[in-house]
Parts: sequence; structure tokens; C-alpha cells
Amino acid sequence: MRVGLFVTCLVDLMRPSIGLAAVKLLAAAGCEVYVPPAQTCCGQPGYNSGDRKSARALAEKVLAEFEACDYVVVPSGSCAGMIRVHYPDLFRGEVVLLDRVRRLAERVYELTDFLASVAGPHRIPGAFAGTITYHDSCSGLRELGVKRQPRALLAKVPGLELVEMSECEQCCGFGGTFAVKFGEVSAAIADRKCQAIEASGAEAVVLGDLGCMLNIEGRLRRRGNETTKVLHVAEVLAGEAP
Amino acid sequence: MRVESMHFKARAHDALANPVLQANLAKFGSAGLAQLRAQAVEAYGAEAFERLRTAGAEIRDRALADLDTYLERFEREATRRGATVLFAADGAEARDLVLEICAVHGIRKAIKSKSMLSEEAGLNEALAAAGVQPVETDLGEYIIQLAAEPPSHIIAPAVHKSKDEVADLFATSHGKPRKTDIAQMTREAREALRAHFLSADLGISGGNFLVAETGSGAVVTNEGNGRMVTTLPRVHVCITGIEKVIPTLEDFATLLRLLTRSATGQAISNYVSFFTGPRQAADRDGPEHMYFILVDGGRTNLVGTDLAEMLRCIRCGACMNHCPVYKTVGGHAYGWVYPGPMGAVLTPSYVGLENARDLPYAATLCNQCGVVCPVRIPLPELLRKLREKEVERGLRPTSEILGLRAWSWVAQRPRLYAFATRWAARVLRLLGGRRRRMRRLVFAGGWTAARDFPAPQGATFRDLYARRQSG
Repeated sequence: MRVGLFVTCLVDLMRPSIGLAAVKLLAAAGCEVYVPPAQTCCGQPGYNSGDRKSARALAEKVLAEFEACDYVVVPSGSCAGMIRVHYPDLFRGEVVLLDRVRRLAERVYELTDFLASVAGPHRIPGAFAGTITYHDSCSGLRELGVKRQPRALLAKVPGLELVEMSECEQCCGFGGTFAVKFGEVSAAIADRKCQAIEASGAEAVVLGDLGCMLNIEGRLRRRGNETTKVLHVAEVLAGEAP
Repeated sequence: MRVESMHFKARAHDALANPVLQANLAKFGSAGLAQLRAQAVEAYGAEAFERLRTAGAEIRDRALADLDTYLERFEREATRRGATVLFAADGAEARDLVLEICAVHGIRKAIKSKSMLSEEAGLNEALAAAGVQPVETDLGEYIIQLAAEPPSHIIAPAVHKSKDEVADLFATSHGKPRKTDIAQMTREAREALRAHFLSADLGISGGNFLVAETGSGAVVTNEGNGRMVTTLPRVHVCITGIEKVIPTLEDFATLLRLLTRSATGQAISNYVSFFTGPRQAADRDGPEHMYFILVDGGRTNLVGTDLAEMLRCIRCGACMNHCPVYKTVGGHAYGWVYPGPMGAVLTPSYVGLENARDLPYAATLCNQCGVVCPVRIPLPELLRKLREKEVERGLRPTSEILGLRAWSWVAQRPRLYAFATRWAARVLRLLGGRRRRMRRLVFAGGWTAARDFPAPQGATFRDLYARRQSG
């Protein structure tokens, strides 16, 4: 099966190790991985900021680039949710395009959702010595129902022990441009998340969205916490933690 | 009530800098209503509760789709049972109607049970100015009336106050020795209120629902004050929004199951009071005169629009109890009657988007509110729609729009995009230095004021992957 990897703009720019880990995981699951070379952004910044036009232009680009794939896999709940849940809204009322967008949307999966629910049984290449705690990022959790999938996969990683933090489903305060527009409020929300992570005693917090990772890591370090690692679930599963 | 929503950011800043408020909010968050709701939903059965939410949303949609018909039916039935039904276009008209009723009946003192609409209308100030003493009788409302503050939560209006703050307030206002035992404090407030209950000539209540088939209003309370307000004084005025009408008593039963569980985690509230017309010949109590004042206040502007789902709202407060922003800055930051996600949609809709432009953006779109809303209002979607309207109406800063357009423009040009991101990754990596993060970053002061910005790894995925494929 031909699986298109939508890397996401943030992973491409900030943390390519997540993208490489995703390629490794998909290959391990027996997928033929295709990475459209001209891909950029899903349009989420525009969509969530009220600029439909910008979002729509990028959505059309994604549609053209990924239409031919059997599945589209995204190492981010919010970008996967953007395509799967919100693209049809962007094209509402446009008969021809809407139909194509819907057919694409239903084949889009967040990475752990795809590995746990669509790909057949396969070996997880990673290993991790230590305790982790898992943060459920909002879009993956509430738009796509990503909750047990990452935990089921992480349970197969040798040496890894999961300890749940309190309120693991609580938003970290990122919210895209919210984090810059209302930085003070955003950081205060992040602070509560950091406290929960620290109270869990885990050596690393693992999650599936790079935006939330940057927010949590940024606040942890500013609080003076130099030790708690902030890792993407793909990095841990692939054994590619930087 | 004055609209201060333009100052959300400054008010949020003040809230964050206020250690007493932060302690009170932390207490609310950790031992709060969200947990009680979760327990109640579990006890009811999670799947059954989802079906109940669907049923609730359908009832509200049915009522709103034929709002005019149900309002006329309500008016007919209520009038037939001796009540007077008055319609007001906005808060100011509602206020004038109440003052007129006060003048006609020679009212000197009005006892009130909770009514958010009376906050919209600024009713207490108007009553006081007209020589009618308004007395709030819901304990939380009573506290904030003594403190001369607006409510910070729609069902727990004094949630921003600590027990110690209330103890100080009572000691000053009641002129009695300061008490810190909650049972004793409540008793003291009861004693103070009892005299008001017995001496008032007007009762003003809100209305959780208006039942069209019987012409009844209904209020849902825990303290019993609502029942006294609606039965003791010789005149009763129920003031509420026109969207509160529902077709039948059967519908009320469904919505009540949702309302109390979503609000406070109760299977049912301590009191559920119906009022249907004034006292009849055979009745042992009840007012001699009964009025309904049904207020539009911007509601019809939403009918038939892409924000119409907001009118389903049954005012349970679950959205704010689950909102990370509300729990961090409290209700006063929102600057008008309704705080939290509900307020972020209602305030711009009722007082004008241009007067509340921060509110639709003051949310992370985490959808905690949407998944708990008892009538399935897609709050994050409505916030997005308001954001789109702000962009359409030119209410956003030019720099913000230019930034979004520039991003989209570059992202549509893959070669330019690849070039720009390659250099951005390199430069930011260098700026990150040995610690691999930045304490300050141009154009991202909002981020770096209280957070570091982790540096990128240095090369883009695009370049690394291309190298790997060709090697």
C-alpha cells in the first residue's frame, strides 16, 4: 500500500528527526512510503486565524499532491485533523472539489492511529530505557479520537514504562498563533501542564504534536527544568530520539 | 452592564498578576465542577448521556426553527392564565419596562433570584437610581452585590472570591463579629436575607426555560431563593431571553437532565420551580401580578445565521468549567456578562464584534468546551467563524493579515519555500547556540516573554530526505 507522508511544515523546519522516524515506522509496517517533495503547509494557521482564502489555496495544493495515495499519514494530530475534519468545510458548496476533498479526507490518518488501526501487526523498532508520561494533544484526541493508539504502541517498546500524569487530556496552552497573541495566558496554561509532567516523575514527556512540544519544552526550560525530555511519539517508537 | 471586552488582554494580565485570584481559580480548577460533571455523566452512562445531548440539541433546534410560533404560543398560554407578557428589543427597553412596573405597583424593594439578563440590562443600577432597592438573594450574587462586582461565572458568580474575602465582606456589611466557618457564614447571610424576603414588594427572577404549551416559566436553583422570590412578593417579574422558549413540559424534562448534570454534576437541582400566572382563587400563595419580560438583545440577529447554534445554549456553564483560558484568567477578564467560550461567542454577537475583537481569538480551540456542551454547540467552530468575520470586516491588525498572506504565498511556491526554510533552520540553529534554544526572538515576544524557544535541528527534513534518497 502506497502511503503518502505529510511531514508538516513545523517538522520540516524545526525537528526533521520526527519525519525521519515516521518514514522508518511506516517502512517497518510494510508500507511503500511516498514523500511528495513540493509539500509545505496544510493551511492551518490561516484557517484558525480567520483567513479562509489563504487556507483554501494551500488545501488545494495538498489535495493535488496526495490524491493519488492510498493513505495519507501525518505525524501531527492537528494537521491530520485539519485535512480530515476541516478541509471539507473549506470547500463546502463546491461540488467537484468537495467530492475530491472528501475522498482524500477519509484516507488521512494521524501516525499512531494509522500504525495501530490500519497497518497490520508489525514490529516496533524502538527501545527506550526509562519512564515516560503521555500528553494527549487536543486535536488528535478530540477531533480524531487518538488516545489508546499511542499507548498501545508505546506498550510494545522494550524498557519503556508509562506513568500517567494528572489531567493528561488538558490543553497545554499552545493553540497555534494563540501562543504568541496571548503569550502570557498561554504560558500560564503551559505552566500547569509542566507541573503535572514534573509531578508524574517521568523522565520524558511524549506526545504527538510538535507545536505542543515546543510550547511545553519552552516553558519547562524557562522554569529551570533542564532534565525532562520532550519527545515525539514517532521518535520514541522508531528509536530515533535525538 | 458596561462592555470592557476590548481590554481582554490587559484584564487577563491583571488576573494573572493577582495572587489571591490565582489561588481561588486554582482551587476552582482542582476541586471544581468539571469533576462533578464527569462523575454524573459516568453514573448516568456515558453512551446514554451522548444520546441525551443529541436529544437536547434537537429540542433546542426545533424551538429555534419556529421561534416566532413558540413565542406566540407561550404568550397566548401565559396570558390566558393571567400573566402579562411583554417583549423588549434590548436591555434598555427591558429596564424601562421593569421601572414602569415598579411605578405602577408602588414598589420600594425588589428581591432577585439569579438572572443573567438583568446583568445584560444593568437592572440593579437602574432600580437603585429609581429609588427601588434591589437585593440579590442567590448567595453568590448576594456576595458580589455587597462587593459591588459583576459575576465572574454564570452559575457560581462569586467563584473568584475566597472564604476569607467573603468573611471580611460579611463582617463589614452585616456589622457582626467576623466568622470563617462556612455554615455559620451562610446562616448569617440567611438571616440578613430573611428580612428582605419578607419586606419586598417585587420579586425579579430569571427564567431557565419558558414552556410554550403551558405558558410557564421555570427556574432551577439549589438554595430555594428562587421559589421565595417568585411566590412571596405581591408582584413577580420574570425577565429572560426570547430564545429560552421550548415547546413542551416533556422537552423540559429532557433538558433538565442535561442542565443540572452539566452544570454541577447533580442528577437534579434542590429546587425546580414553575410559575404559571399569578395566584388563582384556590392558591395558598403566589403573587397578585405576574409579568414576563422577554428580551431580544441581539438574539434575532443570530437566527438563521452561521452562528445560530449558539442560541441553543441552556446556560449551564460547563464550557467555562472546562476551558483552560477561563480557568487561568477567570471570568472578569472577558469584560461582559458571559465569560468563557460561551461569552467569547455571545459577547461579540450581542455587543458588536468591533467591541470584543480579542474574545474570538482568546481561545486555544482545544474543544474541551465542545465535547461537554449539553446541547452540542460546536463552540470552536463558532469562534473560527467569528475570526473569519473579523478578517472580512478588517478588524484585525494589518501586520497580522500580511503575515498570514505572506506565509500562504511563500508556501504555495515550493522552491522559494525550500530556500527560505533551509536558511531559517540554519540561522535559528546558530542563534540557539550551545543550549539549543532562544530566550528572545524577534516577532515572537509573546512567546519568549515566559518561554524559551527551542532551536531547530539545523537542516530541513526536505533536504535530509532528499540527500538520503539520492545517496
